[in-house]
Amino acid sequence: MYGLCLNPVLLMTSSPAEREIMPYDVVVVGAGPSGLACALRLKQLDPERMVAVIEKSAEIGAHILSGAVIEPQPLDELLPGWREQPPPVCVPVEKDQLFFMTRAKRIRVPTPPQQNNHGNFIVSLGAMCQWLADKAEAAGVDIFPGYSASDLAWNADGSVAGVIIGDMGINRDGEPKDSYVQGIEIHAPVTVMAEGCRGHLSKQLIRKFALDADSDPQTYGIGIKELWQLAPGKGQAGLVQHSIGWPLDPDIYGGSFIYHLDKDRVAIGFVLGLDYADPEFSPFEAFQQFKHHPSVRPLLEGGEIISSGARAVVEGGIQSLPRVEMPGAILIGDGAGLLNVPKIKGTHQALRSGMEAAEHLVAKGSAEGFDKRLRDSAVAHELHKVRNIRPGFHKGMWRGLLTAAIETVTAGKLPRTLKNHADHEQMQQATEYDAPDRAWQERDLPPRDRLASVYFAATAHDEDQPVHLQILDPDVCTTRCVAEYNNPCTQFCPASVYEMVEDENGLRLQINAANCVHCKTCDIKDPYQVINWVTPEGGSGPNYQNL
Amino acid sequence: MKILVGIKRVVDYNVRIRVRPDGRGVETDGVKMSINPFDEIAIEEALRIRESGKADEVIVVSIGGDECQQQLRTALAMGADRAIQVNSSEALQPLSLARALLKVAQSESADLVILGKQAIDDDNSQTGQMMAALWGRPQATFASRVELDGTTARVTREVDAGLETIEVELPAVITVDLRLNQPRFVKLPDIMKAKRKPLDRTELGDLDIGADAPLSVSDFAPPPARGGGIKVDDAAALVAELKQRGLV
Repeated sequence: MYGLCLNPVLLMTSSPAEREIMPYDVVVVGAGPSGLACALRLKQLDPERMVAVIEKSAEIGAHILSGAVIEPQPLDELLPGWREQPPPVCVPVEKDQLFFMTRAKRIRVPTPPQQNNHGNFIVSLGAMCQWLADKAEAAGVDIFPGYSASDLAWNADGSVAGVIIGDMGINRDGEPKDSYVQGIEIHAPVTVMAEGCRGHLSKQLIRKFALDADSDPQTYGIGIKELWQLAPGKGQAGLVQHSIGWPLDPDIYGGSFIYHLDKDRVAIGFVLGLDYADPEFSPFEAFQQFKHHPSVRPLLEGGEIISSGARAVVEGGIQSLPRVEMPGAILIGDGAGLLNVPKIKGTHQALRSGMEAAEHLVAKGSAEGFDKRLRDSAVAHELHKVRNIRPGFHKGMWRGLLTAAIETVTAGKLPRTLKNHADHEQMQQATEYDAPDRAWQERDLPPRDRLASVYFAATAHDEDQPVHLQILDPDVCTTRCVAEYNNPCTQFCPASVYEMVEDENGLRLQINAANCVHCKTCDIKDPYQVINWVTPEGGSGPNYQNL
Repeated sequence: MKILVGIKRVVDYNVRIRVRPDGRGVETDGVKMSINPFDEIAIEEALRIRESGKADEVIVVSIGGDECQQQLRTALAMGADRAIQVNSSEALQPLSLARALLKVAQSESADLVILGKQAIDDDNSQTGQMMAALWGRPQATFASRVELDGTTARVTREVDAGLETIEVELPAVITVDLRLNQPRFVKLPDIMKAKRKPLDRTELGDLDIGADAPLSVSDFAPPPARGGGIKVDDAAALVAELKQRGLV
């Protein structure tokens, strides 16, 4: 319905000459841990440097979602003394537990060394980013929440000149409303792309500069999380629990996390690889089933949900790491793909890559050489060591656990590197795939369904704006996809954005764009790669509280 | 002519409100805070009046802790000329707010005070009316249209029976309703300009408004949770079910 050719935002940005331009020394896209660490470090090293950070969420931290257990060492380097004034949600890990789940039982198994969290902290990454943003602003960084970097600005020599801020006040048909405000351009000698997993501008840059020519396809997972206020006395602050096994089929990579914060609050969530084969599989439903396991359900009973959300995560590791520099721009954090899968952690990598980027820019003044610097750094070494663990699970959980054990014992020194595959190519056709009996049950804990979950994400988009989920070829949905895959977008989207509707004009895809929580799963998992996620009007999207 | 606009920092309207576990108020920890939407409309109206050449200056004032400077900066980025924070660590009741706003209006010699018709957190809808009474000046509440003509304001009010148009002599207090205007988006460069605009900070104690608080809050409770629904097969079953529950 809204094909690429009809997209007004793209058409309008074709006349960039009239836009106001604000010059900076460095512009950072995305106020997550990598972008904020980069901006803050730049100011620490060179207070004169003008640094801008653009963030699409209405408030810093409102679009970010993570477990999150973090390794504190990069924070010690970035902000010595931070432990005296920690972020608002910051609980030292007291105890680690790993379980193997069956339908009826959970069995305690030894915690692998990568998941030893002694000395780590449970945080809300959203709250931590707000805290970091305050420090960066105090250091003189200009942070602009509520503005989306909707497109790239180019120099005549083909290098990246900066970003174009999305126009505001455009109606659903692409025409300016009374409230129309043209977005400006922010130019800088270096643009730092810190958009997080599957950033829509980073995706364009990777394609344009063929940054992934020498790397494996990137692979992803989806993380779904809820923050609960438990009944009084049920929380055990500092307890960190993970599980593998049920409710996932053995050929799906993933597991759960339950992190006990203070004040009887727990973060509970599920992360699973997006290379699963079943087109009718629902990650959201798997997570909800997990909550109803007899060992989990009693924890939540009598409590209430505070906030919920979802976000894709990168899992490709070093094999899938694209070249992270190009003329005029660099990639950092999960936008580059630095998450350490066996540790289930990316924040320390994001912070460190941001600091590396800042140090590089102050030393060299340009993007050139950053790829080598990052690959020679602790960030890449850490990924190299664990490179075979995630792809080891391509042949199922048991083979994966065996590979993980071997790779852990040998510390990644075996002279082999397993390949990654593209997630959207792993889906099997609906008629070919024979789903196992998962024995999933009726549920009664909230949220009842995905729409109820969206309510807890407090997501908000002005309905009168162009649909920000572009279907490049809408005919595919109603012809090939419905026949071959039974429209998996209606299943994998955790926010019920996609619906197949039959009306007088026949079958069509209805896009409930206002529900979108900006997780990017559709952009990744759609088997035909016809869904293109672009930024909606600045300030739209979820309003996560302490996720 | 000077216009004074009062704004309040409140929990954003998109946020799901939760009562704090201790039952002493609503949760604001980690919650997005914004300018009260009606106050945003008040700012927009003041800016439009100034842009039409009928006012020279728009001053925004907020009463609260330093965190409300964030909302004042937003108002400055929208286009207000300067801002005043009346520093107060405690949340004030409407009567005290009215007294404090009056002190500011008088010291600034404001010709027009524009306020939101109510704040979305306590829904009191009292401050503007009390302020006008204390000031001994006219009030025009729930405005959906405002026209200034020299020393008078012609205000269309949204009332239960429809629209009522009244004329008030300035200085006056106008409180604004939802349909008056649609507040503008802030242009990004204006955020930078707003950082250089003056934001003065006064202590509430220095305004000498007294400390009486006639209201006391006894309890906060969420609305009762809705029970689950049932599905019925047809209209007859629905009627039977309603009858059984004594609802028809």
